[in-house]
Amino acid sequence: MDLSYGAAAEGYRREVREFLAQKWQPEKRAGDELKDYVKEFRRKATAAGLLYRGISTRYGGSEQKPDVIRSQVIREEFGRARAPLEVGGNGMSMLVPTLLERGNDELREYFIRPTVDGDFVWGQGYSEPGAGSDLASLRTRAQLVADQWIINGHKIWTSQGGSATHMFALVRTEFDVPKHQGISYLLIDLDQPGVIRRPIRQMTGESGFYEFLFENARTPAGWIVGERGEGWSVSRTTLKHERASIASADALGRQFVKLIDLARSVERGGRKAINDKEIRQALARIESWVMAHRASSYRLFSCAAASADPGHIALMMKLLTTEIGHETAALAQELVGDALLVEPEAAGSGGRGPEKWLDQIMGSLGNSIAGGTTNIQRNIIAERGLGLPRDAAMGNIS
Amino acid sequence: MRFHLTEEQQALQDSLLRALADCFPKSRLLEFVDGGSDFDSSSWNVLMELGLGGLALPEELGGSGLGLLEAGLALEVLGGAAAVGPIIGHLLTGRALAASTNDAARRAHLPGVANGTLVASIAFGGAWLPETWEINVSDGNVSGAVMHVQSAGAAQLILVGTLGGGLSLVRTGDRGVSTTPMKSTDRTRGLSTIRFDRAPAVELFAAGDPQVQRLFDEGLVLLAADALGGAQTCVDLSVAYAKQREQFGRPIGCFQALKHQLVNMAVEVEPARAMLWFAAYAQDAELPEASRVAALTKAHLCDRYVSVARAAIAAHGGIGYTWDYGLNIWFRRALFDRAYLGSPGVHRERAAEMADW
Repeated sequence: MDLSYGAAAEGYRREVREFLAQKWQPEKRAGDELKDYVKEFRRKATAAGLLYRGISTRYGGSEQKPDVIRSQVIREEFGRARAPLEVGGNGMSMLVPTLLERGNDELREYFIRPTVDGDFVWGQGYSEPGAGSDLASLRTRAQLVADQWIINGHKIWTSQGGSATHMFALVRTEFDVPKHQGISYLLIDLDQPGVIRRPIRQMTGESGFYEFLFENARTPAGWIVGERGEGWSVSRTTLKHERASIASADALGRQFVKLIDLARSVERGGRKAINDKEIRQALARIESWVMAHRASSYRLFSCAAASADPGHIALMMKLLTTEIGHETAALAQELVGDALLVEPEAAGSGGRGPEKWLDQIMGSLGNSIAGGTTNIQRNIIAERGLGLPRDAAMGNIS
Repeated sequence: MRFHLTEEQQALQDSLLRALADCFPKSRLLEFVDGGSDFDSSSWNVLMELGLGGLALPEELGGSGLGLLEAGLALEVLGGAAAVGPIIGHLLTGRALAASTNDAARRAHLPGVANGTLVASIAFGGAWLPETWEINVSDGNVSGAVMHVQSAGAAQLILVGTLGGGLSLVRTGDRGVSTTPMKSTDRTRGLSTIRFDRAPAVELFAAGDPQVQRLFDEGLVLLAADALGGAQTCVDLSVAYAKQREQFGRPIGCFQALKHQLVNMAVEVEPARAMLWFAAYAQDAELPEASRVAALTKAHLCDRYVSVARAAIAAHGGIGYTWDYGLNIWFRRALFDRAYLGSPGVHRERAAEMADW
């Protein structure tokens, strides 16, 4: 075992630092000026091979050889300099890899570059009010009329739905076939009269996602990824390049440090909570899980760098992260105590006390639902990881 | 950057797995736990012929020159098979001799420990932690009693924890050493009380030598490795049983409630594997946080072991509760691992102190 990245990576780190020292100087810029500066910076960073490494130059990427260690060094150094990485969101994490894997040249030419530039913002159109864990039972339908798909139906739980310009959606296009085989993967421009978007107020009081109603909405016949009826497998396209990172371990580590700070700052039974025997035990328990998560992230990262199969630990990381979130929430609510009776001010407003942990306490519940519920995660681990037989009533869940 | 096992490390585990399947299969294990012995010389000799005694000793002292990580990988396999013998104490005694400045003791005993012709065990006593050790040393003799000494009937050497956190070596054949076997909950770890009445001892480390804490931390990591292997066996046996046992006309592993119980067990164990690697690596690389990581890893893995051993018995139903099926062997080993060298609560509190909480 060796957790150093090696001399070559450290040399590369110096290059990245040098680049950032010269090119990332956002001082005093704000508003549109900052926005333009960031856009220009990303262009320079791409030209230097630091961003959009898995995307060919033809589509606005830097076309670098996959290298998880270099990618990690880039993330670390950009993080240290507080420089912007690639634009976030579903477009970069889901649509672009799918287009690279399954899309035709025309679609790639048209969609990737504006997505990389941040001009196209993507919402995911998978879930429906009647199709959650049993996604393949979805009922939004599209019919090909001349050179256009006519779309009718209802999509829900779309993150970034407020700013999305486009949607990649699973819709039913074939009707006399088993449910998984009748689905197609369509791309839809959301700026048209047949699309109605509505924010959904979530339990935090904020609106993080949206629902979309389609009433004879239209999209060109060619805006389909894969063939008709292949949408299910297209949506399962796995992300192959440079995906391994220890970013979520870093996030858990930062959250744990905040939990320690909280325990130092509040009282329990007339003394500092950090000096309370029970609290110390609970903190050490959570830290052990955080440590196991971090070490497992190193393991996955190392396997990715060596193109080795990590085994079923890869399937477990989401569930593990979710469980650590629940344990953290349970301890946080004990520590925050009566302060939780008062709703925290909005983030960034200043003057937020320990009650701000309400965000984490509620947010940790979202983690056990978003991106596949915890029980669906368990089904996947059971069937793909442990090789247990599939429940006949569930059909194909993977 | 490398943080998964090499082919050599996997081969080491495979060779131990094959050897144990051959020399200590489950049928032999079931016989052993009914026999009341604290040692099994035939399987011990096979492991020693494979070089386990010298695995984590420097090459110039007759060892293989590997580290605590490899020793941990070996212990994981032994824990999985519920192997018998004072292997952790034996490895610690070897590493204590290798690290000691007492050249005479090293020359006299290390070759035998390295090749396994001498069997060594440990007698720490007190409340496990070095600062609680109680055996008195005076004029090169030790006096006092230590409970819970593993394989004392078979061991020729005992690494004794002395007052104030020192380590001395005693030969069990010398005058003033007597052992009284006790009935162990874990039949694979036969325990005795050992009494020293002015027994001759050679000092390896004086009270308070920082090397002592390091050796103790290595023991924590090795015990955690045993727990990892045992916990994995509990998962594997349960998953295999769920695929094979049929009720309502289908394998019980089809049912979501049981599936989720099995997944929860697996998710307790699999992430802890890399944690163990990290703890062993931290010792080998002498990272500043090594001692704290060892404490947390011992606490975490021993908790996981007890938890999945309980869940395994529940997942099996009636057969799991029987003596003859043998699942109770791992359950009992889990109780042993949890208590031995200090309970999870003790080590979590130590970790809290070391972090200045």
